[in-house]
Amino acid sequence: MNKMETTDSPVITSLHQSDKNERQSENNLDSISEVEDLITLPRMERGKETTLIDTSSEDNLNPKYLPVDIQKEETVVFDVSETGKPSEDNGHEDSGEFVVAMLARGNLEEQGVCTKRISSPLSETPLEASSHWDEDVTAESWRQHRKHVFVLSEAGKPIYSRYGSEEALSSTMGVMMALVSFIQSGDNIIRSVYSDEHTVVFMQQGPLVLVSVSSTRQSEQQLRNELLYVYNQIVSMLTQASITRIFEHKKNYDLRRLLAGSEKILDGLLNLVDFDPSFLLSAVHCLPIASSFRDSLSQILQKAITPNLVFSILIAKNQLLTIAQEKMVIEDAKLDPSDLHLLLNLIGASSAFQAGEIWTPICLPSFNPDCYFYTYISYLDPPECTVCLLLLSTDNEAFYAVAECKRKIEEAMQAQNALTSIAKAQSYSVSQVGVSDLRHFMYKPFDVPDNHHQLTQFTSPEMEAPYDSEEEKMRLLDLYRDMHGRIHSASRPLKLIYRVAARETLLAWVTTKFELYTCFSPLVTKSCAINAITKLLRWVKKEEDRLFIRYPPKYSTTPNASKS
Amino acid sequence: MSARGNARTNGNLPQTKICQFKLVLLGDMAVGKSSLVLRFVKGQFDEFQETTIGAAFLAQSVCLDDTTVKFEIWDTAGQERYHSLAPMYYRGAQAAIVVFDITKPETFERAKAWVKELQRQASPNIVIALAGNKSDLADKRLVEYEEAQTYAEDTGLLFMETSAKTAMNVNELFLAIAKKMPKTDTQNPTHAARHRGVNLQDPDAQSSRSCCGN
Repeated sequence: MNKMETTDSPVITSLHQSDKNERQSENNLDSISEVEDLITLPRMERGKETTLIDTSSEDNLNPKYLPVDIQKEETVVFDVSETGKPSEDNGHEDSGEFVVAMLARGNLEEQGVCTKRISSPLSETPLEASSHWDEDVTAESWRQHRKHVFVLSEAGKPIYSRYGSEEALSSTMGVMMALVSFIQSGDNIIRSVYSDEHTVVFMQQGPLVLVSVSSTRQSEQQLRNELLYVYNQIVSMLTQASITRIFEHKKNYDLRRLLAGSEKILDGLLNLVDFDPSFLLSAVHCLPIASSFRDSLSQILQKAITPNLVFSILIAKNQLLTIAQEKMVIEDAKLDPSDLHLLLNLIGASSAFQAGEIWTPICLPSFNPDCYFYTYISYLDPPECTVCLLLLSTDNEAFYAVAECKRKIEEAMQAQNALTSIAKAQSYSVSQVGVSDLRHFMYKPFDVPDNHHQLTQFTSPEMEAPYDSEEEKMRLLDLYRDMHGRIHSASRPLKLIYRVAARETLLAWVTTKFELYTCFSPLVTKSCAINAITKLLRWVKKEEDRLFIRYPPKYSTTPNASKS
Repeated sequence: MSARGNARTNGNLPQTKICQFKLVLLGDMAVGKSSLVLRFVKGQFDEFQETTIGAAFLAQSVCLDDTTVKFEIWDTAGQERYHSLAPMYYRGAQAAIVVFDITKPETFERAKAWVKELQRQASPNIVIALAGNKSDLADKRLVEYEEAQTYAEDTGLLFMETSAKTAMNVNELFLAIAKKMPKTDTQNPTHAARHRGVNLQDPDAQSSRSCCGN
């Protein structure tokens, strides 16, 4: 490892400035005991070459140790003194790592400030009793977090930090903005910075800059997607148009004024992103229920309509039960899974929805980043509050009409005793598949009926032992993320990965019909795994009516077409 | 749940008159609007009540002599980003409670601004009550009782200091508002036209809207 350990010359080992060249490989395997090779399954895609991954050669390809492809991409190696923060000899940096050094530099300057925190409207309210809020941003433990996410304005004003208060981090964010501007002044865009232990990804969205500082081994693209989720969650509260307008009007506006009270929603999002593979797969997870039951729920939604109603969504235990959609609207644009993820996160992140019937504007950024839907949110099973109904209308005056729809839905569900059935519904165990060495899987089909209007879905069993602890769960998800990163690598996409890791064997496979990630016990043989996958695919086929929403229900509520 | 059973209707007393009013809560964030409402409607208090998103709609009734007054309550979010939506919630409201936190003078100023806005833009006959909440934190008080009372008198508002935490003056505040409401209001066609102000003795209307907390 040629990591710089001196205190005074932190170095960016490679700094990517354009997207012309993606990294040659996302590989970062730390264990040489992991052997990877490729298998050819009997039913491989025709003519698709499989690629052999060789761990040892991959390490050599690691861009950290290469003067990255020079012709199109500049490799910028500069030390901190060039970044507009010259010669501050505070010698506290115990790591030569660029990122850490930069963050520390920011922190040290802040130390005086952060002990006496500037009072913000939030800091004193018991409402915002977030544990991260109090965190000492100068502490080592703060630096040790797996993944930091920062949001700042173009003027360098802090907007959000996942850990610690934004005020205490204002000069750290200033440094980040300095980096962005420095590269920008050379007519270029900073995309990412790699060091031995961290990946820093920058993303600019209009007047906002989002930065992820990650010590996970996720690909840049994955981190970028996560940042996009953060941005979209902010847009879902404010709309893109109003964010743009605000900053056009006042460049150094403090956006936290408008986001007050929503830190918890962003915190919740970032936790979900880490633990819920829906985000990785860009697909929605449905609660498995008998198709006849799902159909009857769908019919209930289809019958309870009012003009301008666009989406009726029924969720239970934070998973989708069914979603009915306005016909005309989905002709134009389908509901993106990411919008649904933002809605689910919003519901899950706040108990405020349990108070009564909520009526609030919510923007679905992938659907239309500039407009609000007026959203009715109500739990159907107080006080347990596990079954939640969302009705999205384009009419801000529609509350009473929409609330009436809810009452119809409630009555119809009561008549069928639906709540009891929903309460019994649960995710399934991998043992139901009946394949002995299979521990877990994630299956995302592409060959679904009405694909064009369909919400992308995936199915996955509960994570059971040995993945029942938080650490182990995260470890498995990290393995999946690593495979997902390779499968979707822009420069060298793979179709199939068979990986014998220290504690499990994994197989990832993508075809035109599905994307599949499987995890087996470590002693499984390759042929066993292939057999298992054949069985698994057969099982999914058999169960698909229960696992997925096969035919998304529609209704027509445009004033002309509706019955009244 | 039934901590306040005596002040609540059980819905079906044919001899009592039932009136229904729309009431909106306004005020700066974290002054305790939701806490007041939840204390009134559910008899609950949560020290860490979460920030309201948009606005929450709840209903609760109080009995007043021979009349049952049913409040349809819009508990709005105090965040600045929802400010522009406030008219959507206070439009057509017959009563408003503007809340401030007695430990934070800036929330009192914000309350005055809300009162002004209501007087300018809400229904002309709206009954406005001013609530100085968090009276349990009297040792941190920064808004004097007299100051707020004088302002309320000058502006023609009901005024009470309340504590959602100890329940002090919470029911009293809603009762005082109920007393000030014109009891013939639901019969008034202009209000009935807005899909509210339904006569609850009408069996159809009754089945269509259940009282919160039952």
